[in-house]
Amino acid sequence: MLTLKVNGKTHKVDASKETPLLWVLRDQLGFTGVKYGCGIGECGTCTVLIDGKAERSCTITADSVQGQEIVTIEGLPADHPVKQAWISEQVPQCGYCQPGMILQAVDVLTSQPGASKGDMAQAMDDVICRCGTHPRVLSAMELAAGKMKGSGGAS
Amino acid sequence: MKKQITRRGFLKGAGLVLAMTATPAGVQLLNVSQSLAADQDFRPHAFIEIAPDDTFTVWVGQTELGQGTHTGIAMILADEVGADWDRVQVKMAPAGKAFLDPLYKMQFTGGSTSIRHRWDLFRQVGAAAREMLIQAAAQKWGVKPSECRAENGKVTGKGGKSLSFGQLAAKAATLPVPNKPRPKPARDYTIIGTKRDRLDIPGKVAGSTVFGYDFKLPGMLLATLARPPAYGAKPKSFNADAAKAVKGVVAVIPLGDKVAVCATDTWAAMAGREALDIKWSPGTLPELDNANLDKWYQDYLAKPGVVAHKTGDAPAALGKAAKKLKAAYKFPYLAHATLEPMNCTALVEKDRCRIWAPTQGQTPAQMAGAKVTKLPMDKIEVMTLYAGGGFGRRVEFDVVVEAVLLSKITKRPVKVVWAREDDFKNDFYRPGAACSVEGGLDAKGNLVSWVHKIATPSIMSRLMPQAVKKGVDHTSVEGVDNMDYVLPNRLVEFMMVKLPIPVGFWRSVGNSFNPFVVECFLDELAAAAGKDPLEFRLNLLKKGSRARDTLEFLAQKANWGSPVPAGRGRGLAVRSCFGSSAGHVAEVSVDPKSGTVKVHKLVCVIDCGIAVFPDAVKTQMQGGAIMALSAAFKERVEFAGGGVQTANYDDYPLLSMAEVPEIEVHIAKSRHKVGGVGELPIPTVAPAVANAIFDACGVRLRELPFDTGKLKKG
Ligand code: FES
Ligand code: FES
Repeated sequence: MLTLKVNGKTHKVDASKETPLLWVLRDQLGFTGVKYGCGIGECGTCTVLIDGKAERSCTITADSVQGQEIVTIEGLPADHPVKQAWISEQVPQCGYCQPGMILQAVDVLTSQPGASKGDMAQAMDDVICRCGTHPRVLSAMELAAGKMKGSGGAS
Repeated sequence: MKKQITRRGFLKGAGLVLAMTATPAGVQLLNVSQSLAADQDFRPHAFIEIAPDDTFTVWVGQTELGQGTHTGIAMILADEVGADWDRVQVKMAPAGKAFLDPLYKMQFTGGSTSIRHRWDLFRQVGAAAREMLIQAAAQKWGVKPSECRAENGKVTGKGGKSLSFGQLAAKAATLPVPNKPRPKPARDYTIIGTKRDRLDIPGKVAGSTVFGYDFKLPGMLLATLARPPAYGAKPKSFNADAAKAVKGVVAVIPLGDKVAVCATDTWAAMAGREALDIKWSPGTLPELDNANLDKWYQDYLAKPGVVAHKTGDAPAALGKAAKKLKAAYKFPYLAHATLEPMNCTALVEKDRCRIWAPTQGQTPAQMAGAKVTKLPMDKIEVMTLYAGGGFGRRVEFDVVVEAVLLSKITKRPVKVVWAREDDFKNDFYRPGAACSVEGGLDAKGNLVSWVHKIATPSIMSRLMPQAVKKGVDHTSVEGVDNMDYVLPNRLVEFMMVKLPIPVGFWRSVGNSFNPFVVECFLDELAAAAGKDPLEFRLNLLKKGSRARDTLEFLAQKANWGSPVPAGRGRGLAVRSCFGSSAGHVAEVSVDPKSGTVKVHKLVCVIDCGIAVFPDAVKTQMQGGAIMALSAAFKERVEFAGGGVQTANYDDYPLLSMAEVPEIEVHIAKSRHKVGGVGELPIPTVAPAVANAIFDACGVRLRELPFDTGKLKKG
């Protein structure tokens, strides 16, 4: 039995120690907003926040994050400036990469509050989007950054 | 259960439901409100449903792949009826005859046809609903319909009379469908052509959208399949016990040249597959690798081909030309690399088969289901789920067959999931190609001859052999046989490459490589003739032609002819296809030390007729340009040992955030009919960049992906 804290709630799951967090979240706990894209840490679509840091859930075991705060896309509040900016900039196309994009953006904007657009592009450089939402990801991040600064940072 | 699925969300009674049904005479518009209310065993495929609470539901048969078509279709219908956009919702309908493409008689989402082929149909359905609502109000008020108007979800009449669509729906539901509904004139559009938020975006941002990979049924098994690592390879031995020893694995099922592992969760299915430890026989073409592939293509190119197009006498004109040029081009196999890997859920029962899939091909999926189960087509129900990208890959039904077979065998619902490695290794690839072209100029620099050869595999030979006419697959030569330029002498020959590598539709199909040759070679000819690339092209395009208008629009938007910033080069390209026309101007610089190319800016223009949903056109143009740049600079499927070597994104990098240039999109004000959009951004990006590279450093790159090492100086 593993004990995981996801989106503020504690869950007990019956999973082997080596099961990647991704599959425990998706198949056992039903957080299907966490996506599978590559399974090797290359694409970023499985990203979740672990104690506020963006991590790729396909390459970490569920066991290793027991006791830590895990936030999936479902757990990021609807009024979070990043989610709001994503809607006002109309970012998603197919949307499959977007949970990962959003959560990594939350980490970037929280940890680098003064980031320039170029810094943001560098910080998001390792997330794959086949649809080509890149320009809008960056404009939404700029918009969210402004709001997060105004509210003294949020996450 | 049946009722729940086929009538999901239909509000029984009291509403207006307009449906289409297919009859031998064509598609017929029906008012099915009554039959729904009476709960007869009737399964309409409604286009519009207006509920008493004013909810305006548009049912669509087209797949939302990210292109925004669900919102675009809803915009057309909502505008035509006069709906209040805030009350509009869109729902994916189960596959049905009503959604067959009016031209191709199949239900699929591809070839940029979703709106292009249904523009008239949608407007007629909308106009019929509007006229019925107006008629209902007129009857209630005892006035003439001509005194009433439908807008913003209400019908209004003289003296401040007003009733909402919801209030009128019950009455409208009792009226006959007008024979000849009259669509609005374009000047009355209030939703078409305006900025709207996409209806699918809130769910995608919330993380609640159910993609194929996320779909679940009670008691469902998760299945992975071990697939041959080389073409024609077969499993010689495998360890079923080891796989079954993995916790959660339920069954190991050999399936022809594959071995399936069914489990209670995805990870167990993947781990079980690993444990199989399969030994494979060598494939049927073990010598297939990158080097041999290249050699075989060159052999094909040297063979005589089939004539795909002939105007005048190009070889003779070439013989007489004052100046001759020759160039050869190469293109790799490409993967679709949709971020959501292939998957499909199926449940086969005695007298019906249900399929839930993020498919672009509902009819092919139905046909595949019918073939495997031997049930008639109308017993195969296809429920389309959101797809994490498509680009042509999901018109195929390979994964549907796998899921249906496994459900049939296990008698349980089965979701087949592909790992990323399955996806890269078992794609229907954009075909590789080798091309050569010769051109002749007369003494004044006019282009007098064009002799073009294309060696590439045929997509249609597998998918629709009847479409291959006289040995020519049009999709293999499109862009050359039907180039926009008018030349006095042109010969196009096609050599059909035959290899076990399966090929399929990849965004813009033959237009993803053929225009590269045309646009780059034209640039070479222009340079040889001492002419400006724009002027040279304009001379070859008919006045008033769409390509010419687009090229002029492009030149104006990109400020062609203005001084290029120091150290940079500029290049252009244009192409009409899929009922529209688009072009690009690229601005690049080349670092002479490393050969690295930086694309600074891409100006994109498109003439797609009426731009129904301009913001979606813009994002398609942006996103497509990024995909095309990615292909131009990075993408190539690698082969080794008789199969595909490329396994995951680390072997097949895509253009990344920091590499994306500034992209400017301009949509032409057009006098043309509604055209396609999704394919249009692809064809002209790579040639515009290649031409810009030449402009910057004087080197022609004639192979994709670009080998920028060739640009190093010294
Ligand atoms: S699925 Fe985890 S990084 Fe791709
Ligand atoms: S929106 Fe489709 S992969 Fe990013």
